[in-house]
Amino acid sequence: MKTILETNNVTKIYESGNLVVKAVDAVSISVQAGEFVGLVGPSGSGKTTMLAMLAALLQASDGSLKIDGYNLSEMNDIERTRFRREKIGFTFQSNNLVPYLTALENVELMLRLNKKYNRKSRQHARDLLLRLGLEDRLDSLPSQLSGGQQQRVAIARSLIHDPSVVLADEPTASLDTERANQVVGIFADLIHEQNRAGIMVTHDLRMCKYVDKVIQMVDGRVTNIITERAAIDQLASSSKLAEAPAPKAKPVQQPQSLLAHAMPNLVGAAG
Amino acid sequence: MAAYLSFKEIWRNKGRYLLFSMVIALITVLVLFTAGLGEGLASANKEYLEKINADLLVFQEDTGFSTLESRLDYNTLKQVRRWEGVADVGAIGFSNVTILFTNGAEPIDVSLIGVEPGKPGAPPAFEGEALRSKQSKTTIVDGRIAGQANLQVGDTVVVKTTQGAEDEFYELKVSGITDGRQYFFQPSVFVPLEIWDEIRPKADITNNNAPLLPNILAIQLQNPAAKIEIGQYLESRVDNIEIADIKTTYEAAPGYAEQQSTLNTMKGFTFLIGVLVIGGFFQIQTLQKVAQIGMLKAIGTSNHAVANAAILQIIFVTIFGVAIGGLATLGMAFGLPSSVPIVFTGTAVLIAVVALLLIGPIGGLVSIRLALKVEPLRALGM
Repeated sequence: MKTILETNNVTKIYESGNLVVKAVDAVSISVQAGEFVGLVGPSGSGKTTMLAMLAALLQASDGSLKIDGYNLSEMNDIERTRFRREKIGFTFQSNNLVPYLTALENVELMLRLNKKYNRKSRQHARDLLLRLGLEDRLDSLPSQLSGGQQQRVAIARSLIHDPSVVLADEPTASLDTERANQVVGIFADLIHEQNRAGIMVTHDLRMCKYVDKVIQMVDGRVTNIITERAAIDQLASSSKLAEAPAPKAKPVQQPQSLLAHAMPNLVGAAG
Repeated sequence: MAAYLSFKEIWRNKGRYLLFSMVIALITVLVLFTAGLGEGLASANKEYLEKINADLLVFQEDTGFSTLESRLDYNTLKQVRRWEGVADVGAIGFSNVTILFTNGAEPIDVSLIGVEPGKPGAPPAFEGEALRSKQSKTTIVDGRIAGQANLQVGDTVVVKTTQGAEDEFYELKVSGITDGRQYFFQPSVFVPLEIWDEIRPKADITNNNAPLLPNILAIQLQNPAAKIEIGQYLESRVDNIEIADIKTTYEAAPGYAEQQSTLNTMKGFTFLIGVLVIGGFFQIQTLQKVAQIGMLKAIGTSNHAVANAAILQIIFVTIFGVAIGGLATLGMAFGLPSSVPIVFTGTAVLIAVVALLLIGPIGGLVSIRLALKVEPLRALGM
């Protein structure tokens, strides 16, 4: 399988005065085409910071990030904006949709942004929304949709422009269990069907049953990578906890992790 | 993309944007009425002078270009008339009287202006005939009077004047009707200078041999472009005079500068209020949309597109508001009584409209800056 995403010793350091905190510490991961990865870990573990760097929203302090052959570390702001538009599909925890566009228009938005909107676009967007079970909500505004429906529209939007990587930040945070399973299940199906590389940051380990690989992070480091199906299913079924267990070596949260948790608030960036 | 986003947002929030356009429309009405009032009041003060067929006006020295204070004798007229470069000179006298109408129309207070027939200062007749004889008791009336009192050429009007302690009445035949030529906030009635001297209000009526003293002289030059040089030359060669061009004269009228500066201040404050209101609206709107703007940036919308969408919205809402305000002003202007001194001239309206269209983008600059500064990560709470 083709490697779509590859990071090598990616590090993110926040500095504020004399305070230096590594939010992400030498993370090296890879994701193949058609692979859906779950990035899990406790609050302050650096998973969202990692996701922000993969989404070209945040510049790494050190190391390299390559997506579909592009080296994100070498890009300027304008190139990164363009990269996000063309190569990334993003689903956020909330505020996913443009409130004054209908479900269909929200999905089409990515094609318009990429100047790929043409006669077939509407049908393409419609098909995707039908696939997500939203055939009767095409012309509804986000305020007329439930949380789960909004997330499904966001998933359609994240896929319509043929991105290299699809990223999701806590897509089930505001959903009940049934809706969460429904949303992530469809998300996983589409990633597999369309042979995309997908990464989902989640607190909810139960959602790991839909992923092909689980990457656990603690204190900015990758502590475990689980690829075996049985191990993933066991992790998903054995835990109702919202957070991945901390490694035995560090039963108590270290001062560094507390700082890492606090740093985004201090310096105005993600953690 | 920017146009798509901005117009979709306006369309889906029609009520909010319409309401705000109405606020801009009201500001437009206020600005246009203030501008119209400024023009109207200025016009009422200077209309005759603005239309006068002369390049320079001669006043008695040290009278501050006051047409009522100045008194010139016949000798001065003769001296000015003979200088090289002067094409023609006409003497003019000003006073205020009341005219009564035989057809039962309401009496009107007017500026009685004495002019030399055929000389600078005498008005053209757009109906009937211009003044011809120095001695005949004929008059050219301002078009406003003719309209108000339904006067026709050939009608007779009665001038009521106060001479000594008595009211005196003089009949004048309307020989012609000119266009609007107000002076000192009153419509004008033009008579030959000698008739003016006879019927004007005066305190002393015992001295019948008193010489005719016009207030000012109106000079037509052979080369109007040389008016500054000729004016200075005449001032140095003719005793006891001072010379001004038309603009200097009406700007020196009592209260003119104060009146205009008051109205300009009002206009300035209205513009300022406009900038603040528009700026405030779009700033609050942008603050409410921080998360949405952050999301748009996160999915790859450029700062350029975000700024353009904001600018397009501001421009559209401003144009819509100004258009509604302009039409409302036009509608209201038709319903105003003629006594309200509001005049909408093309230039004044154009300047006001252009200024109003500019205040939108100026007011919205802060919100655009705010939108550009939105950080996707912080806006999305990541």
